[in-house]
Amino acid sequence: MFDWLYVLMKKLVENVFGLSLDTGIGDSVHFFFYDSVKIIILLGFMIFTISYIRSYFSPEKTKEYISKFNGISKNVMASFLGIVTPFCSCSSVPLFIGFVEGGIPLGVTFSFLITSPIVNEAAFAILWASFGWKIAVLYVVMGVVLGVVGGIIIDKRKLEKYVEEYVYEMQMNRPDIEELTFKDRINFAKSNTLEIIGRVWKYVLVGIAIGAAIHGWAPEAALTKYAGPGNPLAVLAATIIAVPLYSNALGTIPIAEALLMKGVGLGTAMAFMMATTALSFPEMVLLRKVIKPKLIANFVAITAIGIVFIGYMFNGIAHLVI
Amino acid sequence: MKLKILGMGCAKCSKVESNVKDAVKELGLDATVEKVEDVKEIMSFGVMATPALVIDGKVAFAGKTATTKEIKSMLEIASK
Repeated sequence: MFDWLYVLMKKLVENVFGLSLDTGIGDSVHFFFYDSVKIIILLGFMIFTISYIRSYFSPEKTKEYISKFNGISKNVMASFLGIVTPFCSCSSVPLFIGFVEGGIPLGVTFSFLITSPIVNEAAFAILWASFGWKIAVLYVVMGVVLGVVGGIIIDKRKLEKYVEEYVYEMQMNRPDIEELTFKDRINFAKSNTLEIIGRVWKYVLVGIAIGAAIHGWAPEAALTKYAGPGNPLAVLAATIIAVPLYSNALGTIPIAEALLMKGVGLGTAMAFMMATTALSFPEMVLLRKVIKPKLIANFVAITAIGIVFIGYMFNGIAHLVI
Repeated sequence: MKLKILGMGCAKCSKVESNVKDAVKELGLDATVEKVEDVKEIMSFGVMATPALVIDGKVAFAGKTATTKEIKSMLEIASK
């Protein structure tokens, strides 16, 4: 889809900068310009489209939709709605209370809370730009599966007593929030797009620059040996390293792309990305206000184990999708 | 006019707070701006997404980082 851009940037590097793509520096410069333009185009397009869709799914409506389902389909619905409902970790507490107060089971609430941060429009756009749409879609599917399975496990473990008591006593008022017009939705999508790009472009460019350097220079043999699909500990290490990186997650994708071309396992790169978004310290601190440490520990452990598992699976099937 | 910004202290909430203050200043309104961080009070307004803005007890928006311009038009409608 971006062949034209590849050729255009090749011309730029060869004719304007006078560098050959066969040299390390020429290869790096080409990677930087090609990737930057491609990612910015896809980011703008994807965030705008998804934000527009999101304007139809307020958390209040999401809560209503979920209540209409039963059993496991409730978890599946919650995970899917987690993709389209606007969410940021600062909203996790009011959202949690709203769900529980509305009679939505704890496991279903966690299905939503696990999938929602993992599957976000910016990660999807960059994955698409870096790895192609098949991997981006697989990432979404895995995010949903993780949410559904994680929620079901939390439900089976009967952890309701580890929710702070006051949450169950809370009474909510029903505000009458006005229906948006078409113009409101376009405006919402536009301001959301500008806001997200304004926030992440620095990390993405730094990520692309590091990726470009790796692309031109990193020793392939050493990387394949230590972080390739053949090393079983790589996925585990990637998950652990990822957790403190939270908001810089998006910048790590172009790095992952460059590493992948150098022989690092796809599952390793994928586990790294999922862990950066799914598990963050700021969110844990906020959630502590509504749930007790034991439940937080369950949430973290189930999500982390799930991510490691997905990582191994991707390493196993990578050759089928790339 | 009484304005309440609901949010538990994330970056987006502080952004909305400063936008609200700018909007009040630019319109020259006589308004009190209060930041609500207590989760029980936030929930009493029925919002499930923050940051949110409450104008005289009524939720104006929830779960978005409204710009100064957007807030100004909300305040203008509310003050009529």
